[in-house]
Amino acid sequence: MGRKLLLEHINVPGIHTLDIYRQKGGYRAVEKALKSLTPDEVVEEVKKSGLRGRGGAGFPTGMKWSFLAKPEGVPRYLVCNADESEPGTFKDRFLMTYIPHALIEGMIVSSFALGANTSYIYVRGEMMPQIRILEKAIAEAKAAGLLGQNILGSGYNLELYVQPGGGAYICGEETALLESLEGKRGNPRIKPPFPAIAGLYGCPTVVNNVESIAAVVPIINDGGDEYAKIGIGRSTGTKLISASGNLVKPGVYEIELGLPVEEFIYSDEYCGGIANGKRLKATVAGGSSVPILPANLTLKLANGEPRLMSYESLSEGGFATGTMLGSGGFIAFDEDQCIVRNTWNFSRFYHHESCGQCSPCREGTGWLEKVLHRLEYGHGKMSDIDLLVDVSKKIEGNTICPLGDAAAWPVASAIRHFRDEFEWHVNEPVKSQTSNYGLANYAVPIEKQVEEVKSQS
Amino acid sequence: MLKVEEQQPITFSSALLEKFDEIVKRYPTGKQKSALLPLLHLVQAEYGWTSVPAMDQVAEYLGIEPIEVYEVASFYTMYFLQPKGKYVLEVCRTGPCCLVGAEKIMAHIEKKLGVKEGEVTADGQFSWRGVECLAACGFAPVLQIGPEYTFYENLTEQSVDELIENLKNKI
Repeated sequence: MGRKLLLEHINVPGIHTLDIYRQKGGYRAVEKALKSLTPDEVVEEVKKSGLRGRGGAGFPTGMKWSFLAKPEGVPRYLVCNADESEPGTFKDRFLMTYIPHALIEGMIVSSFALGANTSYIYVRGEMMPQIRILEKAIAEAKAAGLLGQNILGSGYNLELYVQPGGGAYICGEETALLESLEGKRGNPRIKPPFPAIAGLYGCPTVVNNVESIAAVVPIINDGGDEYAKIGIGRSTGTKLISASGNLVKPGVYEIELGLPVEEFIYSDEYCGGIANGKRLKATVAGGSSVPILPANLTLKLANGEPRLMSYESLSEGGFATGTMLGSGGFIAFDEDQCIVRNTWNFSRFYHHESCGQCSPCREGTGWLEKVLHRLEYGHGKMSDIDLLVDVSKKIEGNTICPLGDAAAWPVASAIRHFRDEFEWHVNEPVKSQTSNYGLANYAVPIEKQVEEVKSQS
Repeated sequence: MLKVEEQQPITFSSALLEKFDEIVKRYPTGKQKSALLPLLHLVQAEYGWTSVPAMDQVAEYLGIEPIEVYEVASFYTMYFLQPKGKYVLEVCRTGPCCLVGAEKIMAHIEKKLGVKEGEVTADGQFSWRGVECLAACGFAPVLQIGPEYTFYENLTEQSVDELIENLKNKI
């Protein structure tokens, strides 16, 4: 059994209430930080923990905090990014639903560390039930003197508010989120300046993911060094993985980073294998934006060693044979799934969610969707496949925010690993409407596939 | 599409305005525009959609230009710029949900309600539409219904039938 830091008490009845949460040791981190540590000491513990942003980018949280500008007389803000919208990711919703106080406790400790006296949790608008849960939990905490003026007699003041979004994936990008929080369209800002210098209302601001903030609680309770002992290499601690698709037991799992992917998929402790006795065809390991991998490259690295659930191991081999941990949205595809159809589906998503600010993304995502649509529905040409590669290359790296890259990578990777399935759709426009390409040769030895990928690139 | 046309002006109830006042307190002085998204949610919960006269009232309340409200309401997918059915079934249509049958669920809803995506049933009670990822992929297929945005998970054709029947009985 892997250690559980965030979900240890998930099955305790009533853990969403303040009383039960405190009975299980909740709010110890607030007491410890506010009564016995300085803000800088809290930052230092988070740095020592090696915690990396859990929203997808994986940037070290402690380092992000240390960039925060602290000009005299200017308020600083902590904003929690709970705009969870990356397809395949639902861990933050799970955490907020069942253990809302874990997030609130993390917000108090983190706000204290950053010197923020007003903090916001920006929750995607569709999560109204979670917004109500959080507001109730905040009221409980405030009534217990854990929020408001002079918290626990420490002299530290904090007001915490929940802000609903309006339904826009782009607001998960931190500067788009800040624009939205200011009551505007969610158009990402040009950087620099980064939010650490000029964020909310032009003031220094830190934006962190729900899971990152919740992870600060065990880091303060046990110390950054203890947290860093869990995991592997630079992937320290535990990670919430949202498992979906054709799995026996989809759901949210807390894993110690470094768990073999094979164990995660097939062991009964986690996903329990592929549903309906089917075989695994492919996975998207870190949310829809990261490259898709065929089954063999999911389970093993190009050199044949087991692939692990960690930032480094999942990206081993670069995009030729690897992917990314991303947000931990793990989507499994069984042998009956059509890669072309799924790629079209994801492209439609990115086209729908592009804010329209940058031409390569606004126009390019539409091209990707349309070309994939005609391939999927039997009207594609062989040249369309290279056209998709060309369009995705022209989006990647040419936009203000990473949505462009996120739209390009799934298409480029699907063609990189599953080109024969795309070609089959062109050659068999009628048959491909009613039957599936199946597993084909995706189980060929990895060495051979690596050679093919190298010869293509 | 947003249509600015002749519509009767409306007046917000004092109960609604009290809720507005509470929300505006969350932000620093002079930053009341931050309340725009939460206010539009309240307006939609009250009226079923965000009409132009309602948006004009919100603009006046916040001391901003009407266009600042229109451009926001038309950017975000949750705000309805046209009247919809009393119950809008919003089904997730993104990748992970489609792996486990979301497309079949949408086809079933279309058949069951007898209206196409975005349309309203003749009795004015139901609409449905596909929406992008609702962050519940592990419990797919899923749908949500405003204004409470209750989630219905692990949908089957049978559970959808029961849900619609229950809503009809509520009417």
